[in-house]
Amino acid sequence: MTQTTSRLFKPGLRPWLTSDTPQSRFQARCGRAWMGWLKLAENRLAMVGLGIVLSLVLVTLLAPVLAPYDPLAADLTKRIQSPNAQHWFGTDQLGRDILSRVIYGAQYTLMVVALVVITAAPVGLLVGTIAGFFGGWVDSVLMRITDIFLAFPKLILALAFVAALGPGLENAILAIALTAWPPYARIARAETLTVRKSDYIYAARLQGVSNTGLILGHITPMCLSSLVVRVTLDMAGMILIAAGLGFLGLGAQPPMPEWGAMVSEGRQFLLEQWWVSTVPGIAIFIVSLGFNLLGDGLRDVLDPRGGD
Amino acid sequence: MTQDLILSVRNLHVGFNTAKGAIEAVRGVSFDLGRERLGIVGESGSGKSQTGRAILGLTAANGHIRADRLQFHDTDLRNLSPRDWRKVRGARISMIMQDPKYSLNPVMTVGDQIIEAYREHFKVNNREAKRRAIEMLESVKIRDPELVFKSYPHEVSGGMGQRVMIAMMLIPEPELIIADEPTSALDVTVQLQVMAILDDLVRERGMALIFISHDLHLVSSFCDRVLVMYQGRVVEEIAASNLDQAQHPYTRGLLNCLPKMDGNHADLPVLARDAAWETQDLT
Amino acid sequence: MIEIENLNVWFGENHVLKDVSFDVPLNGSFGLVGESGSGKSTVLRTITGLVDDWEGRITIADKNLGPKRDIAFYRDVQMVFQDPFGSLHPRHTIDRILSEPVDVHKLGNSDARVIEALKQVGLDNSFRFRYPHQLSGGQRQRVAIARALILKPKILLLDEPTSALDVSIQAEVLNLLSALRRDLGLTYIMVSHDLAVVAHMCDDIAIMNLGRIVERATARQLADGHLDHPYSQQLFRAAAGYDRAIIDSFVDWD
Repeated sequence: MTQTTSRLFKPGLRPWLTSDTPQSRFQARCGRAWMGWLKLAENRLAMVGLGIVLSLVLVTLLAPVLAPYDPLAADLTKRIQSPNAQHWFGTDQLGRDILSRVIYGAQYTLMVVALVVITAAPVGLLVGTIAGFFGGWVDSVLMRITDIFLAFPKLILALAFVAALGPGLENAILAIALTAWPPYARIARAETLTVRKSDYIYAARLQGVSNTGLILGHITPMCLSSLVVRVTLDMAGMILIAAGLGFLGLGAQPPMPEWGAMVSEGRQFLLEQWWVSTVPGIAIFIVSLGFNLLGDGLRDVLDPRGGD
Repeated sequence: MTQDLILSVRNLHVGFNTAKGAIEAVRGVSFDLGRERLGIVGESGSGKSQTGRAILGLTAANGHIRADRLQFHDTDLRNLSPRDWRKVRGARISMIMQDPKYSLNPVMTVGDQIIEAYREHFKVNNREAKRRAIEMLESVKIRDPELVFKSYPHEVSGGMGQRVMIAMMLIPEPELIIADEPTSALDVTVQLQVMAILDDLVRERGMALIFISHDLHLVSSFCDRVLVMYQGRVVEEIAASNLDQAQHPYTRGLLNCLPKMDGNHADLPVLARDAAWETQDLT
Repeated sequence: MIEIENLNVWFGENHVLKDVSFDVPLNGSFGLVGESGSGKSTVLRTITGLVDDWEGRITIADKNLGPKRDIAFYRDVQMVFQDPFGSLHPRHTIDRILSEPVDVHKLGNSDARVIEALKQVGLDNSFRFRYPHQLSGGQRQRVAIARALILKPKILLLDEPTSALDVSIQAEVLNLLSALRRDLGLTYIMVSHDLAVVAHMCDDIAIMNLGRIVERATARQLADGHLDHPYSQQLFRAAAGYDRAIIDSFVDWD
């Protein structure tokens, strides 16, 4: 793996990246990223995970090119065909090509993951670092709110939110984001507590750095790695909840080719026409696995207690 | 100096395979040890701790030991099986580490740990073991041994913890003690008191002691003989009483760069390192 | 330059500093010696505003300090910490560590200032974009000193600045600190457990035990062993190295 990746770069780049005396901020940052990448690349399973995640992104971007049929075009003369040369994964009860629907479904999965991460992670990070940094009543109030959210099982809470907001993919994403941030707040707070008494935080304070500056510039970077790992590992769970909401009819609405909804639609034919549910199910499985493998690999690289 | 030979080390090498390549921490260390107090002194990265660990077979998993001779009495310490190591470690060679906080088990009382160390090597009943443990705590000058016996490690101070460690390591009556910076986490007076206890016990029981430290001054006032290590090699071996006649420029440099209480604020002499020290032959 | 009068500090129920008073003239160097728990570091932390519960009077450059330090205070007073491994942010480059105070105080021209500060502590420009883990202990402590100097303070508080370093590196760092005081006209308060280090660096020395200053001495007096208090005598004897006979005379002071 290491050889194949280094071949992508010009020969002059490697010494530039591994230099012990970088000449610019940019080079220092690149060098650090490069060392991390080398460590990640050593981990085969993480590379498999990364491959799966990148494939998901590619499939999303290239869906119109890759998909042989229109995912929404019903053709009742072709309903519930088993996998064959024209329809590799068969067709569903309305005669739509399952392969095309799975390919187009990738974008919904990716959208769920991306939007949840963009909303939940920063909220959790901010709540956790503020609670940990200031302590006292700020900590108590923020953490009790977090505890309330944590007290409910995720799926139940998401169900409640969707029921209140009304079914639909956007509301499902919002509901998942609302249930996803509390664990991040907990992690960020724990990391903050371990670093806030350290000398480098005192030192920065003695330079006159404000509280906002300390939280954003000094504490947050120390929380980021544990958070990135946790978020990556959680993505599989988010996909499953999104699929679960879809399955229960509270997420994406038909005829949207969302994987969870597809599994749900196929369940009435599960015994005789297994492929209708199984193919999107396998897609959910593979993508969840990919995120999990990648998360495990990232943990080895980013864990603040692992080296440097 | 050496009436009878306890430990003989010839051409000891300790290497590590790390992500950044192979590192040789110890490069050809040789010495003989009788019933005496030997000091090994060096700065960080000199290989002094790795030398001590190699003797006890405690080198980390990514490291490897190579030596022409590593003889403890009649036992060859090279390639001992884990079973054989258990008979040597603790029973015949003990090690006292720098920080008692990390070497004592936090969820066991001090007394239970000493008893466990004792009964590992002696077949005695509980009452007898307890009597010995209390006796041992008395001998490291702990004023209320019964109280300390029932305490947990976090309930005792640093100096007290290190005394407990000494008691625990000495109770099986080993022949050789390796003390790796046993007092550098302690205040200077407590440090000296702990060293005095170690000194008395080692003397009374006729044990041999290897005292590893970064503090040349302290070691030379405590030990009989000093090995000065630099970059994995012994650059000078000298009787502690003759330290002021040290020949090697590194030893002299180390002594000179210490600040002295002479009311003089002039700049300290700085150690000028010579690449030749890392390779030159020392005879 | 610095006057401290009857400083008392409490950590909860613990009375950790008891009536500490001393003053340091401009360009002077004052040493605080003591063992752990003597309160010597607490004096520095109180001056820099890291301690809330204190009483007494602290005057810096003829200004009385209130409960809160304003940002201008940190232009005048800077601190160097004991552990060079813990006092530099592990995810920041040296450049970021040094340029942050310049940006916070809006001094401008941070490139030139960073290069100058590195030069002052004897590091060349190749260190600028490294991370702390790529530096040795002595180099890190130099960076920590550069960070303290970059705001051009008048006072430097030194909290055991060399106790985590090898003795050969200690000599280099102590020489650097002496030279900086000479060249930049700085005023130092240095805290250490090591009598010899303080005797070498400071003209005026206070020996602390259990939150009190038990004795004051000049470097000359210390060199001659002219100490009156039994605690400081014991500390002085301990600094001489291991001597079995003397150790039995040691008394516990807690």
